[in-house]
Amino acid sequence: MSSSMINTQPRLSHEFDVGSVRQDFPILNTSVHHQKLVYLDNAATTQKPQAVLDALTHYYQHDNANVHRGVHALSERATQAFEAARETVRHFIGARHAQEIIFVRSTTEAINLVAGSFARPRLKPDDEILITEMEHHSNIVPWQLVCQQTGACLKVAPMDDQGILQMHEFEKQIGPRTRLVALTHVSNALGSINPLQEIIHLAKSRGAVVLIDGAQAVAHLPVNVSQLNCDFYAFSGHKLYGPTGTGVLYGRAELLESMPPWQGGGDMIRSVTFEHTEYNDIPYKFEAGTPDIAGVIGLAAAIRYLENLGLGPIHAHEQTLLHYATERLSNLPGLRIIGQSPQKSSLISFVMDGVHPHDIGTILDGEGIAIRTGHHCAMPIMDHFKVPATARASFALYNTTEEIDALVSGLNHVTQWFGK
Amino acid sequence: MNELRDLYQQVILDHYKQPRNFYRLKPATHHAKGHNPLCGDEVDIWLDIQDNIIRDIGFTGQGCAISTASASLMTEALRGKTLSEAHQIFDEVRAMVTTDTQLTSPAGKLMVLAGVRQFPARVKCAMLAWHTLNAALNHQTKPVSTEQT
Ligand SMILES: Cc1ncc(COP(=O)(O)O)c(C=O)c1O
Repeated sequence: MSSSMINTQPRLSHEFDVGSVRQDFPILNTSVHHQKLVYLDNAATTQKPQAVLDALTHYYQHDNANVHRGVHALSERATQAFEAARETVRHFIGARHAQEIIFVRSTTEAINLVAGSFARPRLKPDDEILITEMEHHSNIVPWQLVCQQTGACLKVAPMDDQGILQMHEFEKQIGPRTRLVALTHVSNALGSINPLQEIIHLAKSRGAVVLIDGAQAVAHLPVNVSQLNCDFYAFSGHKLYGPTGTGVLYGRAELLESMPPWQGGGDMIRSVTFEHTEYNDIPYKFEAGTPDIAGVIGLAAAIRYLENLGLGPIHAHEQTLLHYATERLSNLPGLRIIGQSPQKSSLISFVMDGVHPHDIGTILDGEGIAIRTGHHCAMPIMDHFKVPATARASFALYNTTEEIDALVSGLNHVTQWFGK
Repeated sequence: MNELRDLYQQVILDHYKQPRNFYRLKPATHHAKGHNPLCGDEVDIWLDIQDNIIRDIGFTGQGCAISTASASLMTEALRGKTLSEAHQIFDEVRAMVTTDTQLTSPAGKLMVLAGVRQFPARVKCAMLAWHTLNAALNHQTKPVSTEQT
């Protein structure tokens, strides 16, 4: 790949210079309603560094061709860049083999692939799938569909009022019929980080297969799927500073090999006659049709960007932001933080007395501050805390304490508007 | 920001904090349920209609300032009106919050809803009660959702 695609200076891993990091993200200079953009909706999607934008442009300007099917130069280059991206992802999440990395459209698609191709053919009536109370809808609904199709039943492990998974309940729920445990690494609506090591060990010791929804984790914590020993791990490129339309399913090779294809089409076959089709090897068996080649190459650029900064320093910076914001928000009268796990990723969900989250969002937007309001595709979490919606500020590597000050000042204005 | 001032006028905040006609009618001749799945807002509109006249109208539910104030203002504006007057007011309000063209403006206080026009993301909040009203008048049994039109 051309070196022009990497335009970040190598940095020492122990120093994190947020000022210079911000310069890598052109969109941060945007103004909104004549105010400087303060982007605190990173759990929904992150902004993209110049290195990713350059990778996309470079690909379309110099290498664009279809992959795995041409003998001409561009097709070779595109194929090479695409397969190099697979290796970048493999290394990033600590998978053993590149063929265990399947490119999909999103976390949602990755989970649906496992639901359709792993769970659906295997599950029998009264088999069980165990999830948790803090899942995103995309890690609930695919399993409900599988249960309808197979007669299996869906079990839900509860969390407590801090937003912490109740381990003793979880342990009780893993029974002899539990075939699959599917849970999130980090909750998008609460920030809670689940103790995966312990959970996966427990689940696997009882013979269950484990899927982890890593959508909210990979941009914030170092992840190593081999150490975790999970069977599947799913995440989205767009929450990882990469392009939309890209996602990854990691699956253990033996499992992937034992699964039937999910979609049929080009690329996933070895030979086709009208009588019989022989499928390609993994990962291609699960990549029918032309993939998002540019997107995947952009995703690899995002990963290189992150690795260059170091997930350790990024995590430390974001934890500083989280603690600063938690302290400042806790001091605002009438504000309640939803999700108080001591192990938390860098986001804060909150509600304010007498003000609907939607109105908080509109008033902050007027000051150029972008947060998310709503149920965050996690309606069971809203039910648990008996709120219709929350406001959520989520921080990324380019956010600063000054931006948190702007948030606090905006929230003070909200109180002024809605004060008695 | 001036647009915010247009949106959150005193009248709106007042109707949010102290909603008028916030009750369920028993019995009601007409009723419908509305829901905005994006923000969780829910509203029930209850009507007592005799001889084509809205004798009584109330609402229940929970929502943001815009949807609550809009419902409250609506109940005030419609009590005692005939059905054809109610339909006309509905059309005027919808035109006011969704288009830039100044049609005939709805009477009195409902004008405060005009500020929503500058906030496309909030038009659904303002219209939730009104669409639910429409459903109630048409005896529609399926709950109204802002995400189905
Ligand atoms: C925890 C979690 N899982 C899954 C998803 C779904 O991701 P996508 O919409 O990219 O498929 C999200 C995104 O909001 C999420 O936060």
